[in-house]
Amino acid sequence: MARGLRVLGHGIAEQWRMFTFAVVGSALFGAMTVASAFVMGRVTVDTIIPAFERGETTTGALAGAAALILGVALLKVIGIIGRRVAAGIVQYRLQASYRRRVVRQYLRLPLSWHQRHPTGTLLSNANADVEATWYVMAPLPFACGTLIMLAISGVALILTDPVLAAVGFVVFPVIFAVNVAYSRRMSPRMTRAQQLRAEVSEIAHESFDGALVVKTLGREEDETARFAARSRELRDAMVRVGQLRGLFDPIMEALPTIGTLAVLLVGGIRLRSGDTSVGDLVSVAYLFSVLAMPVRAIGWVLGDLPRVVVGWDRVQNVLRATGGQEYGATTLTGTGPATLGVAGAGFAYAPPVDSADPPVPVLADVTFDVPAGRTVALVGPTGSGKSTLVSLLVRLVDPDTGAVLLENTDLRGLARGTLAGQAALVSQATFLFDDTVRGNVTLGSDLDDERVWEALRLAQADGFVDALPDGLDTRVGERGTTLSGGQRQRLALARALARRPRLLVLDDATSSVDPSVEAAILGGLRSADLGATVVVVAYRQATIGLADEVVWIEHGRVLARGTHTELVASTPGYAALVNAYDDEADRRKDLVEQDVTR
Amino acid sequence: MTRMAAQPLETDDALTLARAGREEGAIATLRRGLRLVPELRRGLGVTLLFGLIATAGRVVVPLAVQQTLDRGLLSAEGPDLGLLSWIVGGCTVAVLATAVAAYLLNYRLFKTTETALAALRIRAFRRVHDLSMLHQQAQRRGSLVSRVTSDVDQMSVFMQWGGILIVISAGQLLLATVVMAVFSWQLTLLVWVCFLPLALILPVLQRRLARAYGTVRERVGDLLGAVSESVVGAQTVRAYAVEDRTAERIDGAIDRHYRSAVHAQKTTVLVFTSGELIAALANAAVVVVGVLLGVGGGLTAGELVAFLFLVTLFVAPVQVASEALSEAQNALASFRRVLDVVDAAPDVADPVDGRELPPGPLGVRFDAVTFRYPNANRAALVDVDLELRPRSRVAVVGETGSGKTTFAKLLTRLMDPTSGRVLVGGVPLTEVTFGSLRRRVVMVPQDGFLFDESVADNVRYGRPGATDEEVTAAFGALGLGDWLAGLPEGVGTAVGQRGEALSVGERQLIAVARAYIADPDVLVLDEATSAVDPATEVRLTRALDSLTRGRTTLVIAHRLSTAEAADEILVVDAGRVVQRGPHAELVTQEGPYARLHASWIAQRRA
Repeated sequence: MARGLRVLGHGIAEQWRMFTFAVVGSALFGAMTVASAFVMGRVTVDTIIPAFERGETTTGALAGAAALILGVALLKVIGIIGRRVAAGIVQYRLQASYRRRVVRQYLRLPLSWHQRHPTGTLLSNANADVEATWYVMAPLPFACGTLIMLAISGVALILTDPVLAAVGFVVFPVIFAVNVAYSRRMSPRMTRAQQLRAEVSEIAHESFDGALVVKTLGREEDETARFAARSRELRDAMVRVGQLRGLFDPIMEALPTIGTLAVLLVGGIRLRSGDTSVGDLVSVAYLFSVLAMPVRAIGWVLGDLPRVVVGWDRVQNVLRATGGQEYGATTLTGTGPATLGVAGAGFAYAPPVDSADPPVPVLADVTFDVPAGRTVALVGPTGSGKSTLVSLLVRLVDPDTGAVLLENTDLRGLARGTLAGQAALVSQATFLFDDTVRGNVTLGSDLDDERVWEALRLAQADGFVDALPDGLDTRVGERGTTLSGGQRQRLALARALARRPRLLVLDDATSSVDPSVEAAILGGLRSADLGATVVVVAYRQATIGLADEVVWIEHGRVLARGTHTELVASTPGYAALVNAYDDEADRRKDLVEQDVTR
Repeated sequence: MTRMAAQPLETDDALTLARAGREEGAIATLRRGLRLVPELRRGLGVTLLFGLIATAGRVVVPLAVQQTLDRGLLSAEGPDLGLLSWIVGGCTVAVLATAVAAYLLNYRLFKTTETALAALRIRAFRRVHDLSMLHQQAQRRGSLVSRVTSDVDQMSVFMQWGGILIVISAGQLLLATVVMAVFSWQLTLLVWVCFLPLALILPVLQRRLARAYGTVRERVGDLLGAVSESVVGAQTVRAYAVEDRTAERIDGAIDRHYRSAVHAQKTTVLVFTSGELIAALANAAVVVVGVLLGVGGGLTAGELVAFLFLVTLFVAPVQVASEALSEAQNALASFRRVLDVVDAAPDVADPVDGRELPPGPLGVRFDAVTFRYPNANRAALVDVDLELRPRSRVAVVGETGSGKTTFAKLLTRLMDPTSGRVLVGGVPLTEVTFGSLRRRVVMVPQDGFLFDESVADNVRYGRPGATDEEVTAAFGALGLGDWLAGLPEGVGTAVGQRGEALSVGERQLIAVARAYIADPDVLVLDEATSAVDPATEVRLTRALDSLTRGRTTLVIAHRLSTAEAADEILVVDAGRVVQRGPHAELVTQEGPYARLHASWIAQRRA
């Protein structure tokens, strides 16, 4: 509970102005709640009783009574508006502010951190967990107002009748004790339910993303069973949460009433012995009934603290994560193709955060260099580590051992933002933003339309972009879903080309493009004066044909390098790979001829 | 309604079309909910009984306390301690009984609703898998996920925090009215008249609330979409150093969400305070009219004071209920969204009394098949007739967008043709049970989606119960033994979320093994090896070729290497089959295939 209160303390400190405003509103509300009861008493004594006694009344007396009642209600409403609107603003401002912070972290932390955290968890950190943390800021001012009211009433009680006050000092601590016990027991149940909710969501995401596989293999029932099992666990967890809450609420409601009854009993005895007056007894009993409801607001806040702590811890996990990429101070000012060097680079994938598996080594002692303006093809069988190597070249991740050098400078020594101005990567899996075509190509940099069209032409994307309803201003939808895979790939290529990078890295960047279009793209790249050093991951001879030299990778190691012709002669694995289609065609032709001769 | 739902659902809003476009009232939603989720009714009688006791306690206990004050303490003869202890004792018992009843009410209600919600969630999940929208429109997936997750969660939260308040408040309102009427029917009428305006404007306010919260939900969706760019697009963001720009874009979505949430909060306060003001109005009116009545001799002072006390018992639940109503709006909107899913008729349905496919090798026939995607300008396939002999190997080639993939989707009945029929083994697909169809006809899609499990578990999706040895043997038979041996833990290697621990090509290898182990009679490969290196691809194709001799195979490819080996090639252009025949024949003819082949050769040879 102390931790929960500390979290709330953070929230109050960040939004203290608005929070104070809400507490003041809440205090006004509290005062007017008491006042309204007082007003009813006054109206009874001053208006109702005389009227009944005299058997007549005046318009003025009635109007006065009505005005008094309505006036107090109006002030109370002002209090409510102040409290609730301000409390809402506090809650939502904190949510917005922490969402911004979490997203800033996502953008700052290195890719290796992302690879170790499931997407679903990260999304819920920014959404559900932030919400859970600050949810309770809404009833908090009310609870604070109540605390003030409690303190004042406590003093009033003691002044009125210390013995009756003692009854109050028993009941209210009991209410707090029940609240504390509740928080303690609720916390683990709540954590469990939140955890299961996330897991249910992950299964739904995965299952729906894999819908095609599920459907074509007729696995709907099994998937439903998988989802159902976790949903039922969640159900049981929620029932356990509800059970506790269902017990807590009636207790919280009964306690003040029992307190009032105790006051009446004790009060009756003291009245009999002449130690207290009827008036005092009535006001004490009345205070109890007035306080009963607001005290529950404290209960709400305390009851929600476990959720707050869970949410806060998850959000803090993100905010506290360290190990962002460090940057040096070197800036590169040159123009034209850059030299690239890879010196003894090794890399292993770290396992997910909650896994005990050892890291999976992918690259070992990779060394090669690319002179300025040259084009090198990285060739290797499926799963040999090419894509990982590519991510080292543009410093998406840093090598565990060795270094990558651009213009003879270790990438780690370059100033922030420098590398992105020098190198561009088109990866195998393209990502488009929910933005216009132009926005996706320029990514906010100051490139004129002429330059954008030039890049689109080179990527063979000008045709389809021209045919889009709003041309460059057409929005591509979330992750570019309105476009086909090949179109997305071509936009991603244009994005890289438009920046005229000094180092261009293409990771099987035309795999979803039709052969004829691919041929046109490659032809364009070959004849265009890119002014760039190019590294291209390739399988097929047309792409390899772009390259001056080939680096052959197998099992994460560079096993050979040289021109295409040299490697075909020296490296059987390479020859088998690049000639696979031709060999197969020849083999088939032989089979057909054998058939014919037979 | 069924007619509407039977049409292909192609947008998110299409699901709401199941309600025929009209706005559904709260009662109608609840009725639909009771029909679709019968679990909600379980044990309702007993629960309501506890509800009655708990509600009665909430009215009776304060009344009794009030009476104690009046009669036991403030009576002219001084406090009667005997009576006082008796009343206090009785009241304590009543308070405890109320608490126990309230606990039982809460517990039973939570249990019933959670059970019902879990059942609803599972049913909705199952139904989503029947909707073709799921695989046709990837962009709608998020919305479908939210219907089985956050929407159900929203209802569950509401039931635990607000639902009971509404139930109890309604009862309390009723009971307070009855007791008030015992004192004075005129004043009771007056109180109700005062609340009449509230009852009249409440629907208007509710609509405003619904709109305000509708906007909030929309903005939450935008927010999630924006935030996901920083996670899913992590690589691109870093490669282009557009962290600041991305942050700005996300900030925009966060701000818009913030503004809509504050606006909704203000609207809620409006509703709440209008209840407060009207309560004061009722009090003032009761005082004025009560005094006038009393002066006329129709009421005593004591009765009027008691009545004023009763008004507070009446007002409290009105305020609680009007506040909980905003949450109820949220929960109802969620409830509708989930019910819409459960209510939606699957556009491709498992036939009732369907037939099994005949045993033995299966041929395929397309009979004047035309297919048009909903809202598309032109048909994806136009009037296609074709015959695949049993055990033949047919390749479909053509440019992107020519309609190749549509063949695969129709043959596996992911969609039904707009007109014409698809027959497998002589049986129209619409008459074949899903069980038989999925067992005998299997497709390997281009996106070899993997589940976050081991390699073996993923392959087992093709044949549940296959042993690790069988899985290993399958990779061996496909010529992938070496590749498998290179994985850190063989078939036990974890593939990561969506298979992301492996390269795209490796994922495709597993997807092929998954289909292979299912041992289907018709195998459909939709660019299934597009990201695999040529040597592996050729090895795999060759292995499949010999292994699939007993099956009918449809291969969709943009690399022509696989086409060359097929018995027959179909060349598709703009939804029509423009050329067909074996490779040797087509390659010598003037036509689209010769052109495709020439560019393929050029690309292969450089």
